[in-house]
Amino acid sequence: MDSYAIIGAVSILGACLCMGIGSIGSALGEGHAAATALQAMAQQPDEASRIRSTMFVSLAMIETTALYALLIAFLALYANPFWNYAISQ
Amino acid sequence: MNVDFSRWLDIPVTDKKIGLDNYDSIHLFSWDNIYINVTIFNSWIVMALIVLISWLITRHLTCGKEVSKAQTLIETMVLWLQKEANETSGSKTNQYLGMAMGLFCFILVSNLLTFIPWFRPPTASLSTTMALAGVVFLAIPYFSIKNAGIKGYLKKFIDPIPLMLPMNIFSEFFSIFAMGLRLFGNMLSGVMFASILSAFVPIVAPLTMQTLGLLTGSIQAYIFALLAVVYSSAVKEEIEPENLT
Repeated sequence: MDSYAIIGAVSILGACLCMGIGSIGSALGEGHAAATALQAMAQQPDEASRIRSTMFVSLAMIETTALYALLIAFLALYANPFWNYAISQ
Repeated sequence: MNVDFSRWLDIPVTDKKIGLDNYDSIHLFSWDNIYINVTIFNSWIVMALIVLISWLITRHLTCGKEVSKAQTLIETMVLWLQKEANETSGSKTNQYLGMAMGLFCFILVSNLLTFIPWFRPPTASLSTTMALAGVVFLAIPYFSIKNAGIKGYLKKFIDPIPLMLPMNIFSEFFSIFAMGLRLFGNMLSGVMFASILSAFVPIVAPLTMQTLGLLTGSIQAYIFALLAVVYSSAVKEEIEPENLT
């Protein structure tokens, strides 16, 4: 196996693992946050609008970790410096 | 001056060089060393659209019982965002409304324009989102110093103990960086997913993802504007203890 094949295979495998493992924590956290917010909204319907806006902000915060994983996956697939170096050789 | 519009409507998947910098590497106009790429041109379209719509609606403002539908729309948007910004920041003076409305309108229009096939939203490029985050980065010291004075602003960095100074400076930069990256990641994943899907199933399947993208885009615009208000209003005027009750 030459270096092209190794770099390509490891990049794709790394991107898939990065997305798969990286999104687990974010998904669990978002589900927990949404469930708790729904519970709070059911108990206090008067405060629903404020709870909803806070929930959106915190969901966006939690989502950031999954987006970092997505960025790393995109880097590994499309802007891989090692792959570009191997191509230029 | 060279003008080359042949690649304006390229599907990102069909050309071989698909990548993070793909949006910025297609030049529409070029002078000697100045290049105008697709991102800049599309953000000009978005800005022109916002200005045109606002000008058309605010031309005939009326008050009373006869109010046009467009004016009602704009009034609803402004009042809603005003309520959100004032509730979030805890201020009553509408000082964050201009920044929040500007960010919200630009991001919302550029995200909603994805329903035009092959329009590349400018927010799906890292340069645009980082520029928008840079606006917030400059707005934070502006509003903080305006509200709490320069002493109150600098006090934020040694809060709660001076040992936390590097952490606070780091978190200041990183929260802004994360803000730009969040918008970029959401929009780019939507665009990439729709275009990859349209390479396999070109007829109906991309439509569902585009529809989901409209929802995601609206929520992202709301979140970006709200986070800008949250970060700018982190430092407030200190309330005297006797005025608390």
